[in-house]
Amino acid sequence: MFRLEITPSHLQAATEHAAASYPEECCGFLIGRFDAATEVTAVERILPVNNERQESRHNRYLISPETVLAANKEARALGLDIAGYYHSHPDHPARPSEFDRDHAWPGLSYVIVSVEGGRVADTRSWRLSDDRERFEEEEIFQKEAAS
Amino acid sequence: MSVTIQIPTPLRRFTGDQGDVVVEGTTVGEAMQDLTRRHPALQRHLYTDDGALRSFVNLFLNDEDVRHLQKEATPVAAGDTLSIIPSIAGGAGSAL
Repeated sequence: MFRLEITPSHLQAATEHAAASYPEECCGFLIGRFDAATEVTAVERILPVNNERQESRHNRYLISPETVLAANKEARALGLDIAGYYHSHPDHPARPSEFDRDHAWPGLSYVIVSVEGGRVADTRSWRLSDDRERFEEEEIFQKEAAS
Repeated sequence: MSVTIQIPTPLRRFTGDQGDVVVEGTTVGEAMQDLTRRHPALQRHLYTDDGALRSFVNLFLNDEDVRHLQKEATPVAAGDTLSIIPSIAGGAGSAL
């Protein structure tokens, strides 16, 4: 089973971003590396960014290609990759929508934070199947960084 | 003529782990067509069933978004580099 390894402080940074953005959606990058042999994504950094949508920000988010390019450059400078993204679902379950599926690629982790009434209710991580038919949930494993 | 297409990391599993794929074509559209001919598993992740480029998939020709040029009809020259850059979109809606 696929697994997302993330430190409690990085996970907290993402969920706090989600709560602070309520009732709008937030978004950001998971910077790290994916090991195909073990099917483990290790998150090394969280990179919060602005939701670039001008309207419908309560149920849509957008990160422009220019921001993706900048994040990719930052990740590469650290010897890492964009390993996935996180976003929030205000007053909505932490499950991918049809819209999420239409706008995703396999090979990445998609963390969704459900925020109910301003409080974080649930956090789950998903990966798109190679045939684009469905998202499969992956385990979120909280792990302290190696010292 | 030969142009190089840079493949984003998550899609390299569909190109045999190649990060750069050299293709032939005289326009962006032809170069992309040659890419998906060489690596058919990429097709569904870049194009809709109707054959249109997915709305979140952006093509940059030497660092310029082709939507600001002539889109897929933009001519390419030998040695050009084409990058596939996603914009990231999503959000709550009808949950699956």
